[in-house]
Amino acid sequence: MNTTILLLLFAPLVGFLTTLFFGKKLGKTVSGVIGTTAVVISFLCALCLFSQINAGETIPTFKLADWFSIGNIKINFSFLFDQLSVLWLLFVTGIGSLIHLYSINYMHEDENMHKFFSYLNLFVFFMIALVAGSNLLIMFIGWEGVGLCSYLLIGFWYKNQDYNDAAKKAFIMNRIGDLGFLIGIFILGHTFGTLDFLEIKALLGKDIISPSLLSIAALCLFIGACGKSAQLPLATWLPDAMAGPTPVSALIHAATMVTAGIFMITRMNFLFDLTPDVQNVIAIVGAITAIVAASIGLVQNDIKKVLAYSTVSQLGLMFLALGLGAYEVAVFHVITHAFFKACLFLGSGSVIHALHGEQDMRNMGGLRKVMPITFWTMMISTLAISGIFPFSGFWSKDEILMTAFHANIPLWVIGSIASIMTAFYMFRLMYLTFFNDFRGTEEQKHHLHESPALITIPLVILATLAAIGGAISLPGNSWLNHYLAPLFKKHEAHHLDGQAYMLMAIATVGALVGIGIAYSKYLKKKEVPVADSEVQGLHKVLSNKYYLDEIYMATIVKPIYMISNFAKKYVEKFISKAVIGLGGATYALSIKGKKIQNGNIGVYLFAFIFGMVGFLVYVFIIRDVK
Amino acid sequence: MDSSIVLIVLLVGALVTYLSGNKFASKIALVSSIAAFGATVLALNAYQAGENLDVTIPWISQFNINFALHVDGLSLVMLLLTTGLLPLIILSGFITKFENSKSIYALMLFMGFSMAGTFLASDGFLYYIFWEIALIPIYFIALNWGNGDVEDRKKAILKFFIYTFAGSLFMLLAFIYLYSKGGSFDINKLYALPLTHIEKTYIFFAFFLAYAIKIPVIPFHTWQANTYSKAPAVGTMLLSGIMLKMGLYSVLRWQLPLSDSAAKEYMPIIVALSIAGIIYGAIVTLKQKDIKKFLAYSSLSHVGLIAAGLYSLTIEGFQGAVLQMLSHGIVIVGLFYVVELIYNRYNTYQIKEMGGIRIQDTYFASLFMIIMLASVALPTTFNFIGEFNLLYSLFKVNIWYAVIAGTTIILGAFYMLRMFQKVMLGSETKTFHKISKQESIVLVLVVGLTIFFGLFPQPIIDLITPSLQSILTQIK
Repeated sequence: MNTTILLLLFAPLVGFLTTLFFGKKLGKTVSGVIGTTAVVISFLCALCLFSQINAGETIPTFKLADWFSIGNIKINFSFLFDQLSVLWLLFVTGIGSLIHLYSINYMHEDENMHKFFSYLNLFVFFMIALVAGSNLLIMFIGWEGVGLCSYLLIGFWYKNQDYNDAAKKAFIMNRIGDLGFLIGIFILGHTFGTLDFLEIKALLGKDIISPSLLSIAALCLFIGACGKSAQLPLATWLPDAMAGPTPVSALIHAATMVTAGIFMITRMNFLFDLTPDVQNVIAIVGAITAIVAASIGLVQNDIKKVLAYSTVSQLGLMFLALGLGAYEVAVFHVITHAFFKACLFLGSGSVIHALHGEQDMRNMGGLRKVMPITFWTMMISTLAISGIFPFSGFWSKDEILMTAFHANIPLWVIGSIASIMTAFYMFRLMYLTFFNDFRGTEEQKHHLHESPALITIPLVILATLAAIGGAISLPGNSWLNHYLAPLFKKHEAHHLDGQAYMLMAIATVGALVGIGIAYSKYLKKKEVPVADSEVQGLHKVLSNKYYLDEIYMATIVKPIYMISNFAKKYVEKFISKAVIGLGGATYALSIKGKKIQNGNIGVYLFAFIFGMVGFLVYVFIIRDVK
Repeated sequence: MDSSIVLIVLLVGALVTYLSGNKFASKIALVSSIAAFGATVLALNAYQAGENLDVTIPWISQFNINFALHVDGLSLVMLLLTTGLLPLIILSGFITKFENSKSIYALMLFMGFSMAGTFLASDGFLYYIFWEIALIPIYFIALNWGNGDVEDRKKAILKFFIYTFAGSLFMLLAFIYLYSKGGSFDINKLYALPLTHIEKTYIFFAFFLAYAIKIPVIPFHTWQANTYSKAPAVGTMLLSGIMLKMGLYSVLRWQLPLSDSAAKEYMPIIVALSIAGIIYGAIVTLKQKDIKKFLAYSSLSHVGLIAAGLYSLTIEGFQGAVLQMLSHGIVIVGLFYVVELIYNRYNTYQIKEMGGIRIQDTYFASLFMIIMLASVALPTTFNFIGEFNLLYSLFKVNIWYAVIAGTTIILGAFYMLRMFQKVMLGSETKTFHKISKQESIVLVLVVGLTIFFGLFPQPIIDLITPSLQSILTQIK
């Protein structure tokens, strides 16, 4: 058992160190194989643990070593393998393996391929720590660690300063969330004297924390989740993060890292259950993010940007579910989303590869015939994300909307509109990319080709999962709900009654409407989005992402620079002058003082008598009066 | 054995280095500093075996002044910092050709001697002497081997000297007053003096002036940036790595226990001032063009947090402060060394004239990046442990202190990543010769120490906690 856990934890770390130090000597392919093998080993270990947990066994908390103690809080390097963490590990390492495999071919042209694999392995290592940590601080190590890897991989092509800006932005925006996370940790640690999840859970029943403080703690943790999972107002880093190589977008910025916020809240579900106010905030933030991001996605022309906004929007739906207390539904959507979104990103990578770096959909078209595997796998995933029966997204999204319907009709409406938009922009993407005639250059057209097996195999596997993944949680007979049941407070499941069927029907019709509009605009009328300069009105607002970046720039970043300049130019000078002034005053005083000591006995005598008189007056008169 | 051996090794080392001549000076100095580190490790072992390492030799008996050294966990850790960093700093000097090198290396060891003495002294008079003579070597190091225009340098260094010296005079006054009350400079007798609250208030502020300038706490920091930019790299490392910790250490050892009730009364104000320093330092850092000034202001921001933790009067604050003194010391030496390596190749300290280094030397870039990440307190680095403790201690006092001080993790990432991007990333503009194996030793050691203690900080926490606890009991 311990060997399995150790192997699970450290295989990616060993892979990281090996490819980091010897990658250059070992060569590209060997580095890629080592990196992939490391993650596959972790996957097999996770599978092993999963089979045990699924059979109903419990795995005791695994303590690796002591870390440090602060006050009366002891913090250990220890890991918790329960239903939640093992399930999460399974899909993180599983999809991680596929994406590593894909990258062997995808990154082969890059001279720093070994670095790429070492960062990717480091990412998996930190992600495992994040998921498996048995206390908040181990989770925090993973949390910041995956943030670092995200920074390194977004800025992987560091010659380009725009990419470096995107990387920096991701790191800093995440840090804003991290401060919230940290304050939440302080509150919980200070109140309970422990950061261990199970211990906190046990102590929460004992009423030793005031409800308001608990709400603040929950809110702080949620701020952390907002940063990592790109929810408003901390969402704007994720679209920029597409500067990284496409496998990175698939693994980190779609399937795994960005779901960490959802994982954290699910992990702390016993705490959020006690803070209904914060749950409401989560649901509202999730719903708003879902619709705002989806509306921006409607008009994007960069294939990866469409997928990025789609990710933000889907994460919003997951938060909506979390806010409604439907943790298992959020987890379900995390998993199906991981399948189809990873597939979509890898598919877009395959397209970008075929077009030698072209990402603008206005210069694509007609790729269906030359890239059939890429097309079909992406098509399946698109049907899944659009919520078409019987693909996986249909089931998971339907559960979210159904939960929302029972909780709060406006939230259901917002979620449904976001879903219709999703169906529209995804089919817009498919039509613009794969249908009609090719709009690129002759040169590109000449080189068009389907990607090799190392790229298409992961696509086929992921598309298969995207198609059938819904089977893990069918309404009325959900394996997932049953599996996760020990973790969550019991709440009644919605019955598969007439109303449920009606909701499914509405959702399906909605999706078909979205698809229909896309069909008539982009397939029938063969419209191609206009050049950026010709965009007007609402379309322009959407194209410019509601000017969020500009607003942040004007209200936060610029003022900080201005204060910085002001402090540097004026405040520093002022303080410096004041100090020198003090020195100067002393000097001036001493010049004056020097004049007194001029050797004239008369002056000395006068001073002496004057001082003596003063002294006597003080001693005998003033002091006596007191 | 007793603790004076460390001082003797450093002093003899300084003498031998000077006498050995310019050719061998650097190597002799390195060996001496390593010997001093070895002696410290021996002292640590003896201390942990329960041996008493204290020294008391009558010195000026008519005034009841003794040459008295006291060793506890706190002073040992400070000693480890001093003698541990000294070899690194001396090694950093190897990349620079110093004129009259026997003098500068001897001065470095002499400075190590006086700083170690400051951390060990348990007699107020002796402590004051050590405190003041530490100024002399750094004054000459900065003046004679510094960079930039000579007249400018003279001005900056003189300002530093007079400023810190003037602050210290208030401390001297406080000591004289205390002596006049109890007739002794012995730290335990001073602790036991019955003082009124008013007296304690005066003493608190007299010490505060001395320490606030040395640390520095805003608005007493204006000497810092100029001195750092004018001093040679080794001087800056001595100043920022060790010397500013003299002020922080003294707050713990002398100021707080001697003025307990005043410390409690003024705690919120001083903590707020320190936190203001964190933000102010970070904001001024952002727009610095000279990388040495950049590091000076970032250092101002970091020590603001340490000071806030100290004045929070909590055990976590004390622990965090000591841990952060160590980690900041290690990392800042690494950062200034990086700057010097770049200066040797690009011949500039201007950030905008750098860039395109990572692409030419990825090994160097990786090391620099790890040090940079440590300075923004990424978990699993030593700095995280200190920062976590410090912010937690502020949280215990008031949640808003923690929130405001906590913005350091955002602002710190902001200016550090921005600097890293400008200095290291982008496409190549000028040729950067890869750093040699020998040049990388210091960086590898810094990285190694930072990660090692980030993963295993508990032995240090265990070492310092009893002495910090007893200081806290003295205050409460």
